[in-house]
Amino acid sequence: MSAVTEAKPKIVVCDGNEAAAWGVTLASVDMVAVYPITPQSSLVEYLAKFVAEGKLDAEIVDVEGEHSVLSVLQGGALAGARVYTATCGPGLAFMFEPYIRTPGLRLPMVMGIVTRDTLTPQSVWGGHQDAMSVREVGWIQMYCETVQEVLDTTIMAYRIAEHRDVMLPVNVCHDGNYLSYGAARVELPDGAATREFLGPPSVNWHAALDPERPMAVDPLTGGAGGPGPRMFVKYRKGHCRGMQNALRVIEEVHEDWAARFGRRHAGLVERYRMDDAEYAIMTLGSMTGAAKDAVDEARSQGRKVGLVKVKTYRPFPVRAVVEALAGVQAVGVVDRSVSFGWNGGPLYQDALAALSGALRRIPAMSFIGGLAGADLTVDHFHRVIERTARLAQDGQPGETVWLNEND
Amino acid sequence: MYEVRIHGRGGQGAVLMGSMLAAALVAEGKFVVAVPSFGFERRGAPVATYLRCDEREIRQMTNIYRPNCVVCIDPTVARAVNIFEGLRDDGVLVQTTAKGLEELRLSEQVKTVGLCDAVAIALDIFKRPITNTIMLGALARTTGLVSLEALRHAVRESDFRDAGLQQNLEALERGYEGTQVHTLARQELA
Repeated sequence: MSAVTEAKPKIVVCDGNEAAAWGVTLASVDMVAVYPITPQSSLVEYLAKFVAEGKLDAEIVDVEGEHSVLSVLQGGALAGARVYTATCGPGLAFMFEPYIRTPGLRLPMVMGIVTRDTLTPQSVWGGHQDAMSVREVGWIQMYCETVQEVLDTTIMAYRIAEHRDVMLPVNVCHDGNYLSYGAARVELPDGAATREFLGPPSVNWHAALDPERPMAVDPLTGGAGGPGPRMFVKYRKGHCRGMQNALRVIEEVHEDWAARFGRRHAGLVERYRMDDAEYAIMTLGSMTGAAKDAVDEARSQGRKVGLVKVKTYRPFPVRAVVEALAGVQAVGVVDRSVSFGWNGGPLYQDALAALSGALRRIPAMSFIGGLAGADLTVDHFHRVIERTARLAQDGQPGETVWLNEND
Repeated sequence: MYEVRIHGRGGQGAVLMGSMLAAALVAEGKFVVAVPSFGFERRGAPVATYLRCDEREIRQMTNIYRPNCVVCIDPTVARAVNIFEGLRDDGVLVQTTAKGLEELRLSEQVKTVGLCDAVAIALDIFKRPITNTIMLGALARTTGLVSLEALRHAVRESDFRDAGLQQNLEALERGYEGTQVHTLARQELA
């Protein structure tokens, strides 16, 4: 812990896409493969600019589509490179085949998802539906609240991904439109300090494309005879163990970040004004800022409401969520996407599952808003608070509330 | 918290104007959030961009519905959208126009008006009606929200280079100098 940075941090004004590109630059990434897609496009334009300006010493691979983007990065990672890309929406859909292979290969890499609602209806705007649609594939997924958090998390993600107890790819999700193009004052951490924070890349010690260490990567495994079944189970269990280990590692890495750089982001779950809260609202991503302002206003009117923000969505921080909500009488969960199977939001569905392990019943309700670029304002969160207060009184969850239905 | 909504048309640089204003305010030690509205932007279509500034950190990453100040960098966009929607009482309008104050249709919330013939200045400097840096100067003159020096810094820090940078610095000064500020006498409410 000798690396407390003395240098005064540089202040810049930038949007979330540029912040992600700064994070990639400060993480000394070796290789970037890109294909542009709204609202991610300016992120990769910034990366190309930073390479052209000599800020980032990385190889940029321009490929013909997202399927190739991730295939190229798998090769780069197997050759030992620290690699990056970002995508969203239809690009993520086209990437799905290599996407689903990456965590099983235990390749530590970082990919931004500049979240966008899925087609159709035809839409180019933000919403979490793309990232949510791949939530069970085995990537770690973290959602950012602010532009600064996009930058900081992009750097931290490499240390989480490359940790020997994790060895998994990480999606750093930031909201299309409100964070991708929303600009704010941001502190750039010192380059030497971030290099020391991350250490050298540790990517292909276990599986490599390396003439000095010839090996077969990803041979056929499974079937109903011989060592197949138990080998397959061994790999699956190892993957699950890496995900569970990530819960510990994410907290450690966020703690170390705070110690070195002075900015403390909650790694798994943030509790906001929860100490004596009688009921809570639960949020994900950039909506949280307006939600916190609504909580402050409600508190000033004497309402005992708190907020629980989930940052790490996969692996789901079950224990942290249950502990955060242990004292409340009700929770209103706000999603920026839809779980088609449950007629509610995906975070709501996870909250229900987690709360089944609580010592008593804590009623929960689903609120869905901010789809396809719709705004989630302080007034929307006052409605969530109002309805959740009622739920705390009567314990009767109503139907899912669609917050922008009458906007 | 002070909230500004900028109206323009696609291609005039409203979003860049929001970024430059944000950079200038941050250089003066303020906290800002600038969020552009978005869609299938195309040249000529009405666009808006939003900026909040405060002495402390701003958490809301949302659009603005109750602005303190409306900046209109196009002379005709007010025909296509209601630029006064949600404007707070004692509001400010910064408008590019060749017309005089008496020819403008204002809402009753407007108390301060800054008028600048930014299109004429732009045609003189750039030979095309790109009004964003000119209207930054007009905004500074009308509101005092930000200093001309901080705006010069922000223009220098943006991606303008060489002759383009000189033109934009000149545009900023001429916008500031060429703005007439009017304070409207309000009828006392009964």
